[in-house]
Amino acid sequence: MNTFADRFSTTGALAELRKAQKAADEEEFSDAMWGSEAGFGSLAKGVPTFSVPNIPDPTAFLRLHTDDHADPTCKIKISHGTTTLAFRFQGGVIVAVDSRATAGSYVASGTVKKVIEINPYLLGTMAGGAADCQYWETYLGMHCRLHELRNRERISVSAASKYLSNLVYSYKGMGLSMGTMICGWDKTGPAVFYVDSDGTRLKGDLFSVGSGSTFAYGVLDQGYRWDLTDEEAQELGRRSIYAAGHRDAFSGNTCNLYHVKEDGWKFIGNYDISKMHYDGPGNVLGATGGGYGYELRVEGLSSANPPVAAQA
Amino acid sequence: MPDMVPMSVAQPQERQFNPYSDNGGTILAVAGANFSVIAGDTRQSEGYSIQTRYAPKVFRLTDKAVLAVNGFAADGNMFVKKVKQRLEWYRHAHSKDMPLRAVARLIQSMLYARRFFPYYVYNILGGIEEDGSGAVYSFDPVGSYEREACRAAGAASSLVQPFLDNQIYFKNQTPAPGTSHPAHLALTDVLALVIDSFTSATERHIEVGDGLEMYVVLAKGSPLQGLELVQGVQEMSTTTDGERVFIVRRNLKRD
Repeated sequence: MNTFADRFSTTGALAELRKAQKAADEEEFSDAMWGSEAGFGSLAKGVPTFSVPNIPDPTAFLRLHTDDHADPTCKIKISHGTTTLAFRFQGGVIVAVDSRATAGSYVASGTVKKVIEINPYLLGTMAGGAADCQYWETYLGMHCRLHELRNRERISVSAASKYLSNLVYSYKGMGLSMGTMICGWDKTGPAVFYVDSDGTRLKGDLFSVGSGSTFAYGVLDQGYRWDLTDEEAQELGRRSIYAAGHRDAFSGNTCNLYHVKEDGWKFIGNYDISKMHYDGPGNVLGATGGGYGYELRVEGLSSANPPVAAQA
Repeated sequence: MPDMVPMSVAQPQERQFNPYSDNGGTILAVAGANFSVIAGDTRQSEGYSIQTRYAPKVFRLTDKAVLAVNGFAADGNMFVKKVKQRLEWYRHAHSKDMPLRAVARLIQSMLYARRFFPYYVYNILGGIEEDGSGAVYSFDPVGSYEREACRAAGAASSLVQPFLDNQIYFKNQTPAPGTSHPAHLALTDVLALVIDSFTSATERHIEVGDGLEMYVVLAKGSPLQGLELVQGVQEMSTTTDGERVFIVRRNLKRD
């Protein structure tokens, strides 16, 4: 019934796309494509146009051919599986993510950059469709710059996140997939907003998104306080991503850690999750020394590794 | 007359729009310190039948950029055609070739423009950056991309990529005491690894074989690094004072 209504409706996302498609067909190449505006520059004049298959229900088409979690056989794989987290505390915002991309059970990449550097004061995280996050957050970066030029001040995190949320909401039902945290520092201090492709936008102190989020929350909730020192907070971010990488098969490889302060974000480091298990994150601020794996703490005590006396 | 019942009454019929096919094959790219190698086999197949033994999957875009496409051949060829057109327009507007990182971003926006009707194509872009370093960019079908040191895609990617991880990133290798792994491999070593990757993939994957095309992009002013001794090497570049592109062809097993 819904698809029937969609086919003939003149409002809503589908009809908008159909109109855009018609406009694009009439003038396939805009003037902007000829020069240096060939890339994103051509988008500055308005919302970009997209090709849509000329069939009654384009969203069903997309669902049929692109990777849905339920159907790993379809041809076009969109990478899934992630753990991302961000939290606000006394010293700013900590953003920590893993770096694994999976297509079915194949590890498509172990070096994905899931933190998108929108501008020197804004970070976005990537969960869900990698291309959706990369593309729309880069596009958001462009509009944040336009806001600066028009208003002679930086955009607030709230406004930036609302821009993104409204944008993805206009494509609701078309199959976009993104769960992102927009993090930064503005006039109001440190801020974190959760935005997803359903149109949800939440302000909060602490979020974790992705298949490994439950594992990360376990560690994060247990160790979180507002008055964490910078070092403690960074260690908590690392430790939470490690926990998710350890217990969630779709997360892992390495952890990327960022810290947002009043003067913008700073990249703290890249940490190998296996190395953290056995040896710890290395000689870094906040680390207590030694690996995170519990083998260290149960050495000589567990049944697999019994005390020396018991062996005799 | 019961056999005059119209078809539309007889049975409900379901139709699907299925514009995609998988044409097999594998592509691969490796970045060195001041060079880049982009390779692909030349077999094109559909299901268990071989359509042709020579269908190139690797294309020279400019003297500093080479693009390898894998997946659905019709989409791939159309995509390369459109990228080449946009690069030509850029040349007319600016009297120079588009820098590699800009080509990468262009490919992202061209792929994402088809977010709701994707090109079924995995792209790997190789070449030389403006700072003279070798670079490889890999894309998913809807345009997410990343710069890497090496990447395999296509039918045998799950056979080739672990080999590359071991031989290029030295994963799961510990250097002998007092030594360390080299940061970059020599061009002749990379070519040998690429040939081995494809001969092995040909042995174990039915969609890989027939021929191998390897493009080598050298940074501006770089020496030939042993490339002059490689048999059958051909220069493809338009000038010899900028970045230079070469092609090396090899036969693979045809069974």
